[in-house]
Amino acid sequence: MSATLIVVIAGLAAIGTYLVTSRLLSRIVLGFALFGHAAVLALVAAGGEDGAPPLADRSTADEMSNPVPQALALTAIVISFGLTLFLLALARRQQQLTGDDLVEDDIEDRRIAAPAIDADGDHLIGYAVAPGARDATIENRSST
Amino acid sequence: MTTLVGLAVGIPLVAAMLALLLRTAARWRDVVTLGSLVGLTGIATTLLVHVRAEGTVVLRVGGWDPELGIVLVADAFAVLVLLAAVLTITIVEVFAIGQRRSAMGADPTVVGPMLLVLTGGVSLSILTGDLFTLFVGFELMLVASYVLLTHQGRAGQVRAGMTYVVMNLFASTLFLIGVAIVYAATGTVNMALLAERVPDLSDGVRLGIGLWFLVVFGTKAAMFPLFSWLPDSYPTAPTTITAVFAGLLTKIGVYVMIRFHTLTDMDALGPLILVIAGLTMIVGVAGALAQDDVKRILSFHIVSQIGYMLMGLGLFTVAGVAGAVLFLVHQIPVKTVLFLVGGLIEVDRGTSALDRVSGMIASRPGVAVLFALPALSLAGLPPFSGFVAKLALVDAGIDDVAIAIVVVALVGSLLTLLSMVKIWIGVFWGAPDDGERRLVPATSWRTMTTAAATAVGVTLAVAVLSGPLWEMSERAATELLDKEPYVTEVMSG
Repeated sequence: MSATLIVVIAGLAAIGTYLVTSRLLSRIVLGFALFGHAAVLALVAAGGEDGAPPLADRSTADEMSNPVPQALALTAIVISFGLTLFLLALARRQQQLTGDDLVEDDIEDRRIAAPAIDADGDHLIGYAVAPGARDATIENRSST
Repeated sequence: MTTLVGLAVGIPLVAAMLALLLRTAARWRDVVTLGSLVGLTGIATTLLVHVRAEGTVVLRVGGWDPELGIVLVADAFAVLVLLAAVLTITIVEVFAIGQRRSAMGADPTVVGPMLLVLTGGVSLSILTGDLFTLFVGFELMLVASYVLLTHQGRAGQVRAGMTYVVMNLFASTLFLIGVAIVYAATGTVNMALLAERVPDLSDGVRLGIGLWFLVVFGTKAAMFPLFSWLPDSYPTAPTTITAVFAGLLTKIGVYVMIRFHTLTDMDALGPLILVIAGLTMIVGVAGALAQDDVKRILSFHIVSQIGYMLMGLGLFTVAGVAGAVLFLVHQIPVKTVLFLVGGLIEVDRGTSALDRVSGMIASRPGVAVLFALPALSLAGLPPFSGFVAKLALVDAGIDDVAIAIVVVALVGSLLTLLSMVKIWIGVFWGAPDDGERRLVPATSWRTMTTAAATAVGVTLAVAVLSGPLWEMSERAATELLDKEPYVTEVMSG
């Protein structure tokens, strides 16, 4: 395991995490792609010493690199590929519904936070809620 | 017997493919879905009886050496939880079939197959003997849950689904990095080998691994302070689906936490887990008291109840872990049935908001009874299963002189009762509301109430059978904490 690999894993994880905290789902997808790469690289790095490709007819057992983490990494790549597609589909649906791929606040949270207003009419926490927001929430929720 | 262990994972996945192919042939699809689930319940029961009499069953997939290959391990802990899980899913599927006939349920061409995929993920997560296959099982379970949550594509569901998917994906990626860390430290991902190798690591690495997985599994299990995604996303899904989520997903998170942290000797994290457990109980209940909708109240209670299982784990004694196991088995049917009753209220009135529904005891006395029994069980009143499980935990806490957590647990129970009373007064008591009734076809109403009643029957059975169940739980806890039998079984099996 080389120092370069460690720095690359840390860098990818940092950038990925930063992007995941964004409000735009398209950025979140990119963030997960990078973060997923970091995880896959970490798995490969966990295999220890570098070596020859682990193919039975090419190299002997003692000069091969460890094949187990590579097999795990392959599985992880396939899974993250599928999940990236699902996230993109979700972003597309959100864009159809609202014209944007923003991750929105939960209306219910706002409604519960709303009464916290001090004497001067300043909001201590939360946001103001438009009248009728509660009914909108119920419309959203009534999905038997 | 080893074949049965393999079938427990294989059957639901093969049936899911079949159900997808038969998507449009409604009758056949239901036959395949329900038939495979009933078959699976039979398998789980057989395994439970066999394990109880003969001991652990180990299947080496493809005959590989456990150091390299996948092993499926059916020990006392696994079969107990497996039976509770598949039984619950079967009941929910019956409820879903009933709801579908009333043409108000979620899209049946999606729900049936996806429930089966979820079941496959659940049994794989429960039975697996290595960390990486656990990751795969989790993903299988979660992918199915993403689809179930968002497939109707309503605005609220997509919004909640985003939070849910992003949160869980993040935890899954951390899980993967955790697997890499464990492999780098020990050179294996097999749990039996980890049980031997992790305790020999230096303190820093060992506790680092323990904390890392506490965060990962804690996010999946919705423990304090990692639970905020749950009350936001669960209530938006159709009721049948929320019922499955409530009964299973978070519980599997707790299940693997109990398994991993006991096998790898993480006693040093005990005090921390106890503090988290106390906060989870109280914060969850406090959140529930602030809500005014049946589904949302119940969602916060999911969080609160997770605290009790963590309390049992945090004690790290045989009595404590056994209490946690029993509590887990009691929680799976109880939480599901409460959500099913919430679904019945919604089907009848079109909403589950407390201020819009009242006086249901006059029009639907049956539903009131179906709600009252599991609600009292959830609050932990005798003679229900919740009382037995909580008594076991409190007893273990007093034995271990962890008085603070016992007090918190009892206060949490009282507050739980309070919020159940709130639902009771809001929905069932008082003058009947003049809101419009939805017309539900009698047959589908019958199917749904029968399913809910069966689930209530299961929760009562847990109380009646608490003697033998407690025996099994104690055995499971002894095996987990002692590790010796588990390791020998897997490595020589």
